[in-house]
Formats: sequence, C-alpha cells, structure tokens
Amino acid sequence: MIEIGLGHYLSLSAIIFAIGIIGVFLNRKNVIIILMSIELMLLAVNINLVSFSIFLQDLTGQVFTMFILTVAAAEAAVGLAIIVIYFKNKGSINVEQISSLKG
Amino acid sequence: MEYAIIFLPLLGSIISGFFGNKIGARSSQILTSLLVSVSAILSLFIFYKVLFNNYSDNKIIFNWINSGDFYVNWSINIDSLTSVMLVVVTFISSIIHFYSIGYMSKDPCKQRFMAYLSLFTFAMLTLVTSDNFLQLFFGWEGVGLCSYFLIGFWYKRPSANSAAIKAFIVNRVGDFGLAIGIFLIFFFYGTVNYNEVFDLTPTLLQEQVIFLGIEFNLITLICLLLFIGSMGKSAQIFLHTWLPDAMEGPTPVSALIHAATMVTAGVFLVVRCSPIFEYSQVALNVVATIGMLTAFFAATVALVQNDIKKIVAYSTCSQLGYMFFAAGIGAYHVAIFHLFTHAFFKALLFLGSGCVIHSFNEEQDIRSMGGVWKKMPFTYLLMIIGTLALTGFPFLSGYYSKDAIIEFAYLKGSTIGYCAAAVGIFTALLTAIYSWRLIFKTFHGKYNNKESNLNSIHDSPMIMLIPSLFLAIGAIVAGVLFKDIFIGFNSPEFWTSSILFLQSFHHDHPPYWLVIVTPLLVTISIPLSYYLFVKNKNILKYFILKNKNLYNFLINKWYFDELYNLIFVEPIKKIGLFLWKKGDRDIIDRYGPDGLSKLVKTLSDKAVQFQSGYLYHYAFVMLIGFSILLTYLILY
Repeated sequence: MIEIGLGHYLSLSAIIFAIGIIGVFLNRKNVIIILMSIELMLLAVNINLVSFSIFLQDLTGQVFTMFILTVAAAEAAVGLAIIVIYFKNKGSINVEQISSLKG
Repeated sequence: MEYAIIFLPLLGSIISGFFGNKIGARSSQILTSLLVSVSAILSLFIFYKVLFNNYSDNKIIFNWINSGDFYVNWSINIDSLTSVMLVVVTFISSIIHFYSIGYMSKDPCKQRFMAYLSLFTFAMLTLVTSDNFLQLFFGWEGVGLCSYFLIGFWYKRPSANSAAIKAFIVNRVGDFGLAIGIFLIFFFYGTVNYNEVFDLTPTLLQEQVIFLGIEFNLITLICLLLFIGSMGKSAQIFLHTWLPDAMEGPTPVSALIHAATMVTAGVFLVVRCSPIFEYSQVALNVVATIGMLTAFFAATVALVQNDIKKIVAYSTCSQLGYMFFAAGIGAYHVAIFHLFTHAFFKALLFLGSGCVIHSFNEEQDIRSMGGVWKKMPFTYLLMIIGTLALTGFPFLSGYYSKDAIIEFAYLKGSTIGYCAAAVGIFTALLTAIYSWRLIFKTFHGKYNNKESNLNSIHDSPMIMLIPSLFLAIGAIVAGVLFKDIFIGFNSPEFWTSSILFLQSFHHDHPPYWLVIVTPLLVTISIPLSYYLFVKNKNILKYFILKNKNLYNFLINKWYFDELYNLIFVEPIKKIGLFLWKKGDRDIIDRYGPDGLSKLVKTLSDKAVQFQSGYLYHYAFVMLIGFSILLTYLILY
C-alpha cells in the first residue's frame, strides 16, 4: 500500500489545473464549458492550499480555501447570469460565433 | 476734435463691419456716410484754423513703443501739410460714401463694402497725421490692406482676385524699400520721429554707407529707399503694373483709393520728407526722372486703351508722375497743390465713368458706347467738367496746378528742369487727346452697344449725381480759390515748417510763350480730337495701319506685364512648382508625416491580426505570457 503524501496531492492538483487550462482554449463549443474550466482551475488551487495547510500544520490555508469557494460561487452566479443575458441578445452561446472583439 | 476726425471713420467701420447684419444695410450705409461727413466738416474746420491762425499741434494719443532710447508715440500731428491731406481724404471719402449708396444698390454685401471704405479712411488718416515713420508705416500698410480687400471685393470673379493679389505683391516690393529706409533711419539717427530726424539730417551729410557692395551717401540712400516705397504705392513706372488691374474693384473704390487718396500717399511721403530729400540732389533727380518717365509712359498707353476705367487709371498714373517730377525739382508745394486739385477732378472722372458703366449695365468698353450724350446730359456734363479740369483747360483747377508745375520746372533753370518742362507740355497734349477721345467715344458718334437698347440708357439716380456735383464744383473752383494759398508768393508762410525749401524759388515771371503754350495746345486738341475720333476716323485707321508696331507696343502697355511675367513670374512659378512637387510632396511629405502615418498603419494592420475576437486565442496568449513570465522568474 502506498503512502499518499504531499507529492500525490500536488500532482493531482497540477493535473486538474492543466485540464482546466486546456479546457479553456481547446473548447470550441460552449461558453459554459469555459466557465466550468475556470472553476476546475480554482479547485485545483484549493487542493494545493489544503494539502499544504495539512503538511505545514497551519489552518490559514484551509481558511483561505473557504474564501475561494465563496468567491467561486459568486463568480459562477455572475458568469451564468451574463451568459443568460448574452443568449437572450444573440441567440447563441457558441464560442466560434462570439467574436465581436475582433479588431 | 482731432480725435473725432481720426476715430469716427474707425467707429463707423467697426459698427458696419461687425454689427452690419443687425442694424441692416440701409442704416449702416447712412451711418458710415454720416460719420465720415462729420469728420470731413471737422477737418475743414482744422484747415481753416491752420490757414488763418497758423495752428499746429501734436496730440499724443498714447505711448506706443518705449524701449531704451527708442520711443514712438501714437499721435495726431497737425500742421499745414497734414491739414491739406485731411481735407482731401475726408472730403473725397465722404462724397464717395454717399455715391456708393447708389452705386452698390444691387450688391448683397453693402455693409462689408462700407466697412472697408471707412476702414480705409481711418488708415489713410493715421498715415497723414503721424509724427513718426513707424505710425506712417502702419497707415501705409493699412491702406494697402484695404486696397487689397476692395480690389478683391467681388471675390467670385477670378480676375478680381488675381488683381488684388497683384496689387498686394507689387506693393510689397515698394514697401520693402520703405521698410529698409526706415531701418536705416533708425540705425543712423537712433529715432524715427520726424522732428528729430529732420533736425539731425544736416549733421549726417557726409556719412557714407555700403549697401549691396556699393558705397552710397547715407542721405541719398535713405531717400532712394523711401522713394522706392513711394513708387510702389503711387504706381510709378516699373511698379505701376498693379494700378490698371486694380480697376477690377467697384468704381467708387477706384475713385477713392486708386485716384484721389491712397496712390497719392507716395507723393505725400516725398513731400513730408522734404527736409531729407532737399539734401540729396541725386535722389531728387531720380524722383524727377521717374516722374517724367511715368507721366509720359502712362499718357502714351492711355491713348490706345479701350476700357473706360483703364484710360482713367493710366491718366492717374500719368498725373502722379507730374506730382513726382514737381517734387523732384523741389517744388513740393506745387506737387501738393496738384495732388489737391487732382483729387477732385480725378475722383469726378471716376464717378462719372461709374455713372456711365452703371447706365450701360456694367459695360466698360468705350467701343461699345457712343452717341448717348442727349440721353444722360447730367453725366455728360460731369464728365466734360472733369475732362476740362484734367486737361488743364484755362481757369479750371487743373490749369492752375499743372501749368504751375511746368512753369516751376522751367524756372528751375537746370537741365532736368527744362527736360521736365518739355515732358510736361508734351504730356499735357497727350492728356488732352486721350481724355477727349474718351469723351467722344463714349458720348458722341454712333450708338454701338448691342446688349442694351438706346432708349433704356438714362442718367444715374440722384444719390450718385449729387455727390458728383460737389466734386464738379471742387474741380472748377479748387484751383482758383487755393492757388494763392498753396503756391502764391506768400505760400511759404502757409507751409511754414512742414516743407523745407533749401533754395528759394525765382519769382520771375515765366516767359510769355510758356504761359500760353499749354492752354493753347489743350484747347486746339479739342477740335482736333473731335475731328479724329468722330468726324473722320479713316485718318486714324490709316495711321494705325501704317504704324502697326507702335500701336501694338502701346496697346500692350509697353509690354511691361509680359516682361515681368518672363523675368519674375515664370521663373518663380517654376521654382515654386519644383519646391512644391519635388521638395515638399516628394521628400518632406513622403518621408515625414505621410511616411510616419504609413508606418504606423502597416504596424497596426499587423497588430490587428492578433485581435481575432475568439476567447480561446486570448486565453492561449495569456497562458503563453504567463508561462514565459514564470520561467523568467524561476530561472533568474
């Protein structure tokens, strides 16, 4: 039986973070997926914080995680609201078609 | 009172120019005319005071420049010379203001016209009342500017625009001379105030100065440079080409600016500076020679012109020549006397021509006039009076002044004096012939106009005729009334210190034949011209055919315009085109502003390609940037 240590947690968090990043710019379909990927990246960071908090015997990291979870919830609410409004206006949330920033 | 004379026209100009649209065309016309008339009456009063009380004054309005030793005042200097000029300027100006009400009745920009006229009057008044060269220069440029405005008044005509520009540029040549003259005066005298300059002049007679590599006597050089300024303003030969073209402006303008007042500013300058000119015989000879040349040249050209206003313009040029050679032989008071009488009869002739042009619906070619004297008796009478006065018919104003010039020239006794007298007599004959040619072609003979019906020709409205009538009275009596005051035996008492005569004049009676020869020539030229231009035109045709070259030479105005085109205009145009196309457009613009903006555009076109608008592109770029930053931080 392998002892699950700090290295494993960090690797997990790095993998989740990478999935999040790749999800942002490989995604061609849906804006909601981008939102989810960002959420994923935040969670990866949380895992990092929590594992260090246990490793260093310091509660600050876990407190910080609670903050991040709160902010993430708020952010998700705002982001989803924006997407709803956007869909009402444009009739699509297809990433391919969102290019009004084009110079 | 002096303040009112100067500033009432300015006030009228400001009101009519800036608030003309609010107070309406009619009221601004009446307002400006009245204000100028008030200042005319006041200047008559000043003249009266100067005449009987020997009044003279220098009212300082304010200190203009005060820097170290150099101080210049803005002032009103009243002496005999100024008072004469004040009367001429304000009197003629007010008459022409009234005349313009009639002449410009169909023009949409009446307020602007009246504002310019009044502004001109103001500038001319500051010119004649100044007590220093700097204020004179201000007035000098002011009248030049107003002349430019008024020549180009009908700015929709390309010919008017180019005539205005020509007048402005030719005048710049003269003004350059004047400016250098004033600089020289300041450099050597340390002051530009008349009194101090004139007092210092006798102490600087031996001063030499090197100019353009040639050594000159200082006084001579200053006089010559001042005279170049005069030549430009007074349209003397070589710098005369703008005056005939200036006839593109409305006729009242030609009468006021290009006959009676502005063009005489040059004569005024020479007379005003008589305390300097008197010390330089060379400069005086140059003035006299240029004057003679101009008088003769302009008269010959006037013989063959066909535009009614151009004939009168060349006649002005020729009469200005008379004034200059009078000044050149030292008879400054006679020059001013001729200036005085000339203002009346020449303004009258212009206003008469204006009436003719008005009646013929803007027709100016005398070949398409003729036979209308019964239709417009009043205008005819005015023109006859003007012509008689101009030609020097006995006992009208021109007779006294022009004959006085010839007599004084003869009595001078020097070679140049005899020359001047001869040229004067011959030019007087030419003057008579071209003036009567104008009258006979315009009013007598067959009716030649195809555009308008003979029956539609009639006299101009009263608002134009009555002001002209005043001038006609002036043209008749100005000579006989003022002869004794201006050029009589006691005239030095009138002029006092405003004119300096180093040599006193011989007061002998001129020989009997000389007194009689000019009036005689002038009188016999009337039937002669009648015969040539009305009765028997074949002689003239034959003569023209025989002397085709001479005729072409004259009708092309001695080829001055062509010559100047060839020497100055064309090369400068080529240089200008070269600098514009090659220098400015192909080098400076191409690598300067245009090049920079093109560079920025190319770069930004490249940068724009990054802005794809797709979210995942931005995220990707962010990621790359973030990784580079991290790598950098970790490694270093």
